[in-house]
Order: sequence, then C-alpha cells, then structure tokens
Amino acid sequence: MSDARTEILARVRAARPASAPPVPRDYRRDVPGIDVVEVLVDRLVDYRAGVHRATAASLADVLGGLLASSSTVVVPPGLPAPWIPGPVLRDSSDAPISVAALDEPGVTVVTGAAVAIAVTGTLILDAGPDQGRRVLSLVPDHHVCVVWTDQIAGGVPAALSRLPDPTRPLTLVSGPSATSDIELNRVEGVHGPRRLDVVIATR
Amino acid sequence: MSHGTGNIVALRPFPDAARLELDDAQLRANLRRATHTIRDKRLRVVGEVDDWEDLRRSGAAIKDDVLARLPELLEQFEESATRAGAVVHWARDAAEACDVVTRLVRETAAREVVKVKSMATQEIGLNEALAAVGIEATETDLAELIVQLAEDTPSHILVPAIHYNRSQIRDIFRSRMPGVAAGLTDDPPALAEAARTHLRAKFLSATVGVSGANFAIADTGTLVVVESEGNGRMCLTLPQTLISVVGIEKILPTFAELEVFLQLLPRSSTGERMNPYTSMWTGVTPGDGPQTTHVVLIDNGRTATLEDEVGRQALRCIRCSACLNVCPVYERVGGHAYGSVYPGPIGAILSPQMTGAGANKTLPYASTLCGACFDACPVRIDIPQVLVHLRQKGPKPAAERAAFRSLSWIMRDRRRYAAALRAARRGSAPLRGFGRLRRLPWPASAWTDSRDVPLPPKQTFREWWTKR
Repeated sequence: MSDARTEILARVRAARPASAPPVPRDYRRDVPGIDVVEVLVDRLVDYRAGVHRATAASLADVLGGLLASSSTVVVPPGLPAPWIPGPVLRDSSDAPISVAALDEPGVTVVTGAAVAIAVTGTLILDAGPDQGRRVLSLVPDHHVCVVWTDQIAGGVPAALSRLPDPTRPLTLVSGPSATSDIELNRVEGVHGPRRLDVVIATR
Repeated sequence: MSHGTGNIVALRPFPDAARLELDDAQLRANLRRATHTIRDKRLRVVGEVDDWEDLRRSGAAIKDDVLARLPELLEQFEESATRAGAVVHWARDAAEACDVVTRLVRETAAREVVKVKSMATQEIGLNEALAAVGIEATETDLAELIVQLAEDTPSHILVPAIHYNRSQIRDIFRSRMPGVAAGLTDDPPALAEAARTHLRAKFLSATVGVSGANFAIADTGTLVVVESEGNGRMCLTLPQTLISVVGIEKILPTFAELEVFLQLLPRSSTGERMNPYTSMWTGVTPGDGPQTTHVVLIDNGRTATLEDEVGRQALRCIRCSACLNVCPVYERVGGHAYGSVYPGPIGAILSPQMTGAGANKTLPYASTLCGACFDACPVRIDIPQVLVHLRQKGPKPAAERAAFRSLSWIMRDRRRYAAALRAARRGSAPLRGFGRLRRLPWPASAWTDSRDVPLPPKQTFREWWTKR
C-alpha cells in the first residue's frame, strides 16, 4: 500500500474534471464614489468601536485622552515615540513582554495599522514595526489603533492588493471581539479586547 | 474509490430521526427564531453589495478551477507551506487523520489542547480520538463549548448551539462549568463573561492549539481562519505548537482570490459586513505565534465526491451555512436529524457523496426542492440539482419502479391519460367532501406517512377550456 500523499494525489488526478471554464472577473475592484473616511467611521460606530479624529499635530493629545485611565500602556517596537509622551512598556524581540503582563488589568495597547477597509469597517494589521506581534492586540483588554486617512481603501480587493507581503502574520479586525451564539444576540468582548478605539488621523 | 468515515455517517435514516425531532416544540421555536433572524440580517447586508451576483459567479468559477487543478495546487501548497516552516501531513480518512494528530500532540507531551471551531476536526471525530489516549480537547468557541459541556453534538455548521435558548444555556453552564457563579443569570453578556473567565486560564496555559482552516493558499502556503470571538486568535497565537486539519478542497490558487471570498463568506454566514477577526499565517514567524506548525490535509471522501460530474460542485462549499437558515426542512427538524456534522441542504448532498451511497441514502430526500438554498449559496452550488441527481442514482424499491412504469405508459398517450383521469374522478367521487386525504391503506401508506393526498379536481383544464 502506498503512502497517504501518493494515494490521495493519485485519487485526485483520476477524479478531477478535465477542465474548468475561465474565471469571470466582473466584480468591482474598488467602491467608487464614496468618502472612505466617512464610511469607515460609520461602520466602526456600527460595530460599537470608539472612533476619534486627529491630525498629525493633535495625535499625541487625542491618544493622551484615550490612555488617561490606563495603568500600563504597551506599544510595539516601531511605534513612533512622539505619539505617547508618557511612560510606555515597549515590546521588542530581545525582551518580549510576557503574556501574563499583557493580561494584567488596566493594560492598553496602542498600534498602527497596515491598511483599513472602509465598506467593511476593517483594520488590517500585518505585524509591521508599528503593529508588532499578534499577541499585543489580542490579550490586553483595550486596543487603540491609529489609522492614517491615506491607509483607508474603499473595498476588500483594493485593500488586500495594498498589503506589501501576505506571508506576514495578518490579523483583520472588524470591531471588538463579539459573539452571536446566544440566540444570535451580539455580545461584545468575549476573548479579544473588550474595548476598541480607532483614531483616524490626517497626516 | 475510497469513501469517507467518521461523523458524517448517519446512525439512523433521516425520516426516523426527523420524526423524533419534530416532537420537540421548544426546538422548533428556538430554530425558527434563530434562522429567521440570521436570514433577515443576511438579506440586508447582501443587498448593500451592488456586484453580489458577479462575486457569486467568480466565487463559483474559482472553486471549479481549483477542482480542475487540485493535484498541482495541493503540491504547490505543500511546497510553499514547507518552505515557510510548516510540516505538511496527508490523511486518507478520518481514522488516519486522527492518528496523525494524536501522534503530533503526543510528541509535545501535552495532556490538553485548545481548539478553534472547525468542521474538519468534527468530521473526523478528533476530540473522541484524543480522549481515548488521555488528551483533553477543549472547544473554545462559545457555541462549541456549550455543546461540549452539554455532551451534545452541534446542530448547525456556524452556530452549533442554535437549538438552545438562553435559559437552557444558563442551566448547562450552572450544572457543567467548573467554578461558575451559582447566581448566573441568562443575560447573554453574563453568559459570555462566564465563558471568558472559564477559558482564559486554558488559553494562557495551553501549549498545543488545534484548528481547521477556511482557506489554504497555494502560492503562499498561507492558512486563513475566519472567526468572531477572538478564541481563534488565542488558539492560533499563544500555543507553542499549532496543528491545522484542512480538507483538500479548501485550496485557493493565490492570495488575491481572498478578495472574493472575504466578501462572500461573512455576509452569507453571520450576515455581517465582515466577521470581527480573521487570522492568516504562513508557516512559522520567528518570535510571533507558534514556533511549530503542522498542516494535516485530509481526503475522507472528498475525492469520491470529486468523481461525480454533477455532485462535485458540493466541494465548492465554503461552510457559510446560508443554505441551512433558509431551508424549510432544516427549520423544522434541526441539525441532529441529518445525522452528520454537515446538516441542512449542503449536508444532504455532501454527506451521502462523502460516505458513498450505502450510508445516508435517505438524505437526498430530506428536501422540498424549493430552491431557496441555491439562491442563498454564495458559490452557486445548485443543491436541488444535485439532490435530484442523487435520488436518481440511488436504488429504487421494486414497487416504486413498477408504479412509475405504469404511470409512464399512461402519460405517454393523451387519450389514455384522459381516460385515467376520468376513472380517478369516478373512483374518488364518494370522498369529495374531504378535500384531501391524510392516509391511504397499505402499501400506499408508506407514501402518505408524511404527505396528504390531493383528490382529483372536478374538471380538467382541457374540459374547462372546451366548454368555453
């Protein structure tokens, strides 16, 4: 008897259709005629995320307001230092922050994003320097994500094509953690951060 | 061709199982409320997408293209994933898949694993196989946890605890969840919080995670998991070792194809514009997430399904479960009646093909052929067409064959047909006051078990037309 791999591939070769018709591509590459910032705000509010606006000049102030009640602020290795003037716990590959420390009450993590999708209200994190390891935006109870207006794409195809490297660990976030398993009632905050604040900033 | 095994083989015929479930009024009420809520949400968000039909056509065609190129794409996926640091394994059936995963878990010396909700691991019966060698598998999706605590089986592909209402869930938590507060209410946020507390400790201590995958990308070797609660992210990120069980039909040729499926799947399944969390990972990323990743590619009846020219379209399925929520049969009997982890319309065509005609031979009849499932399907699986095809392929009782042979003789000739109608009318004249008959005597009673018999009309259309 041959090994499983050989046998499965032989079965698939014997059973597959001779050919398939060409794939039509008539769907839209992008969503024309929408204000991507307004649509993203609308979708995020619909998911019950906090939405805040800032400019490059006011970003530190806006973040300061959001972080006022946090006992610890965690940031990825490449988050620009001027964004948060106060003390931060900075993650690094030499000294990664432990999961236990991230799980402490009152921890807020601040990250950037790679791309955002307006029509679905989605933030895409690709582990870039201002986003860091996946665990950072997962374990703390409060996630603050900064999105620049020029990072917002209209629809899904336009957003995915903007990602520089799809083999990086990718996390797509659309609102705070939620479940609909109990009579299909949406309940926020099951396992991921219970609170998601998005700061939409103009460069 | 070798068929699939595991939790896709119904232990009793659908009509028997359905009759039992139909007795449960609470189940029907829970199901009706849930399926109607979710289908209304789906219609609303699908209505927002101007190019929905174009996306459906592309989604169907991409999947058909994958099926035609499956051997090459599987080899390409294996190569890309291996290059990225994953270890790829293959399994012919459920038992072999369970053996592979069990061996991999044992190599880590872990006594427990945390699981992301996954149809593939349900299909192969992984939890039972792990339990047999003393490894505890904890389901971390809230609905799967409810079902696991209740020692029940899932009844829906997407919302496995759809058959329970909040007070039933509260009772399950109170009696089965260790350390739960005695005063736990049936308020959904309170129930979700109880599950969060219960599972948090497991996430932070588990060294092995087990998942499935919604998609496996051939050109990059990437796996994709689509979820809501963040339990998936916990299992995919915190453990040292990650084992993913993936059906061979989950392949997509390139990363770019996700632009179609990430639009089709969330709107079709939960009726959301996008699910809260999607995770994608490619092999191993140093310093981020599991440092050992395995992918177990399973056949388990998929190649047998691929052989059938009409039936193979079932392999396009992306497990969104939209077909369940619109099905009048599912809405009344629920998922357990189908006897497979794949219930509802898609299950009625998938399970019998995966297991071969011997098992599940009543499932192709578990439908009214109303066509709502085809309209809802984001990858345009013509479920009614496959149901009819499977009914035609299945064995027919001798009496039915004889009856249809005579019927066909009568209907081939207009005069014979008109004479038969007149005879039927005369024969049924004494019964006219009843409108319709509930039961016929044996052997026709087999047919009227689940149907009423309409009486012939007083006049045929042709007779009425001639008189005018």
